[in-house]
Amino acid sequence: MADTNTIISPENLVYKKTDVLLDNVMHYCPGCTHGTVHKLIAEVIDEMGIQETTIGIAPVGCAVLAYNYLDIDWQEAAHGRAPALATAVKRLLPNKNVFSYQGDGDLAAIGTAETIHACNRGENIVMVFINNGIYGMTGGQMAPTTLPGMPASTCPAGRDTSHDGMPIKISELLAQLPGTCYVTRQSAHTAANVRKTKKALRKAFENQQANKGTSLVEVVSTCSSGWKMSPVQANKWMEEHMFAYYPLGDMKDE
Amino acid sequence: MARAKGAIVVDTVQCKGCGVCVSACPTQVIKLADAVNGKGYHYAYMENPDACIGCTSCGIVCPDTCITVYRAKPVTV
Repeated sequence: MADTNTIISPENLVYKKTDVLLDNVMHYCPGCTHGTVHKLIAEVIDEMGIQETTIGIAPVGCAVLAYNYLDIDWQEAAHGRAPALATAVKRLLPNKNVFSYQGDGDLAAIGTAETIHACNRGENIVMVFINNGIYGMTGGQMAPTTLPGMPASTCPAGRDTSHDGMPIKISELLAQLPGTCYVTRQSAHTAANVRKTKKALRKAFENQQANKGTSLVEVVSTCSSGWKMSPVQANKWMEEHMFAYYPLGDMKDE
Repeated sequence: MARAKGAIVVDTVQCKGCGVCVSACPTQVIKLADAVNGKGYHYAYMENPDACIGCTSCGIVCPDTCITVYRAKPVTV
């Protein structure tokens, strides 16, 4: 039986942190999906060899500091305006790989207009959408994506749909627009789901290189601090509740 | 029977003790330590190293990318 210390040697290495990811400790809470998705984007960029030509558009929200973690060029957009800024960057620098990275409070609330019109114009960009059903950074307020009955700091008794309406399924909306070429919903709570999300991200970047139009990768996520659960409990809660309203899978793939 | 033999190295300084790797491990290798790191988190460690098959599931789900995985070629047991 091989001893652990003999296994730990360079020739046996099968998984390590990609060099695109910087060594800074992420400010995210323990178990936050942002960290996993950052890592996947970094791995895809590394594997495609596009580190020098990729420009990310950071959002407002917890991921506002994403530029501290990925060793690529970044622009910082005003709240919700990442698709508009991505449009500008891609049109001025069409040879670059441009992606926006946004949460649900950013993409599906204040930035709905920018999101819809960028997708409708079929801007040749990748949009990464982290949907945890809550405004994480500002203290867990209700978002347009908060589930019916789901408690948040501004609706402690749960979302009342007679007052606040039903949560918006923005990806389904965007899939109907002719400008989008790829709209998918994934998650990142198990190894199998993380692999699928990575494949989806890779496909989105390849679509951009093939000038196909807008690709949107939604990642149903947790916010263990905002949901007031442990990271493992939050993953379980997400499986039981979020996936029923936000089913995983491709909505459009052309 | 040939079985892959693996091992992990956890960056205990960066680990935030979220426990996602513990539930992702198919062979129950990982546990959270009773001790804490500099930030007060119960970091992950290999409680049962002999069971590790080097499947990389823990590394893949780790949000802080603090797990490095090694896998030796299958040995006949």
